[in-house]
Amino acid sequence: MSRREHEESRLKVSGAVSLAELHQTAEYILPDERFSKPVAVIECIEAIPCNPCETACPVGAIVIGDDITTLPVIDPTICTGCGICVAACPGLAIYLKQKNHGPGLSYIAFPYEYLPLPKAGDVVTMANRYGEGVCAGSVVRVVKTTRFDRTAIVHATYDSAFYEDVVNMVRL
Amino acid sequence: MKRVQREIVVIGSGPAGLCAAIEAAQAGAGVLLLDENAKPGGQLFKQIHKFFGSADHRAGVRGLDIGVQLLKQAEDLNIEVWLNSEACGIFDQNSVWVVRDKQHSITVEAQRIIIATGAVENSINFPGWTLPGVMGAGAAQTMINVNRVLPGHRVLMVGSGNVGVIVSYQLLQAGAQVVAIVEAAPTLGGYGVHTAKVRRAGVPFYASHTVKEARGTDHVKSAVLVNLDSNWQPIDGSEFEVEVDTICIATGLTPAVELAFGSGCTPVNSPALGGLVPVHDAGMKSSNESIYVAGDVCGVEEASTAMEEGRIAGLCAAHSLSYLDEAAFSRRFEQLQHNVNALRSGMFGQRRREAKESIVSSYGVHR
Repeated sequence: MSRREHEESRLKVSGAVSLAELHQTAEYILPDERFSKPVAVIECIEAIPCNPCETACPVGAIVIGDDITTLPVIDPTICTGCGICVAACPGLAIYLKQKNHGPGLSYIAFPYEYLPLPKAGDVVTMANRYGEGVCAGSVVRVVKTTRFDRTAIVHATYDSAFYEDVVNMVRL
Repeated sequence: MKRVQREIVVIGSGPAGLCAAIEAAQAGAGVLLLDENAKPGGQLFKQIHKFFGSADHRAGVRGLDIGVQLLKQAEDLNIEVWLNSEACGIFDQNSVWVVRDKQHSITVEAQRIIIATGAVENSINFPGWTLPGVMGAGAAQTMINVNRVLPGHRVLMVGSGNVGVIVSYQLLQAGAQVVAIVEAAPTLGGYGVHTAKVRRAGVPFYASHTVKEARGTDHVKSAVLVNLDSNWQPIDGSEFEVEVDTICIATGLTPAVELAFGSGCTPVNSPALGGLVPVHDAGMKSSNESIYVAGDVCGVEEASTAMEEGRIAGLCAAHSLSYLDEAAFSRRFEQLQHNVNALRSGMFGQRRREAKESIVSSYGVHR
């Protein structure tokens, strides 16, 4: 898929939300280079009845309100980057990101429910929203706790040229 | 024939039936829960993904774990459960003919009956559709998540509703490759978060496409896909072949209404909810004073909604037998209405809510 298609295709045709659709959604907030730690990014653009992200957040950084079909809004300045919402989201639509984690390196922590799991130190292929490999990534750690209920969270660094494109990794 | 008496009989122990039984038992009623299968839970134990909703709906908990919690609750409430027990008919408003273990007939005389028989998968037919390897998406889901058997290695999914995309995701988790998901409509049906999940795992979607033919001699070897025009007609020359060994059909569900209609419940047509369903009031009472309905049998939605609807049916059936004082009943009823309405909102739920309201508003007319 070309870069143009990635930017212009539609969720209800391609299955993946495009950058154009995300950028039209006020609730999609990608942290810029000023953030000194990874914070949660939410790609939830359809009004479905769901609010575990809001109830899971220990610091009240995610707000939905009484009408649970309202899109979640995150305040990234409050988010501590704990990652609890990443595992709590039934839609696997949340990840943590930091643009400048190191020189030329971005950071992502994404939900991953496949076996085998990668392990710290592995070099993996980072994937965009269409499942295409876009660059190499280094796995920093893989978090599996009881609270995450069998959803592993993979932390990895990758080339910051692909900061916004990368959302996951190519399955092993 | 042997006869026994029970206060409330619930037919079907899926999400709706289990919750109906629990709610009625919590209100104080004596409950007998029937299921034709060897294990209770209906389709709940196949649902290995985390559910949507709010804390009231146990959102964020995997379906199978909700099933475990409900069975524990049913056990704690001493609900009587008959497995391998098929409800074959309802006679004289109150008598359920049950066949146990495929050999013993028994009549259960019930003061109230709650029918929660669920729904059955729709199929579509095309040349080659009887070949081994062509199956319902629900069958594939049972194989991987209950029996831990992979139906095949290269799968074509037909239908992009939530069932199609969720089962596709679970097939990937089970180790299969999903070669394509085709959708006859010009836009995909399932929640965007579900389609996004399989798309970023590399599964391509083909909107405005369907399966034209399955090829193979003793098993599916490939499928021919074809592009559809705006009138849903195949476009000649647009055919292409994909190598697959499994074709899963996820083209919707139809309410399993035989028992309800056989017992004389008045039908009403609700295209948005799967076709003909028994008409019911807001308390899930059918046109028959002693028969209640809940879950997919009275309109195909999803498991979380079925659970809330089951609770409403259980509550109202128990209340009609004078369990619960008016205040306690009203409080609980309003809470459950709130819960179910929360699930019938938003871009996907609104249509279901309107369809349900239309059924309820026609109740007086159709009775």
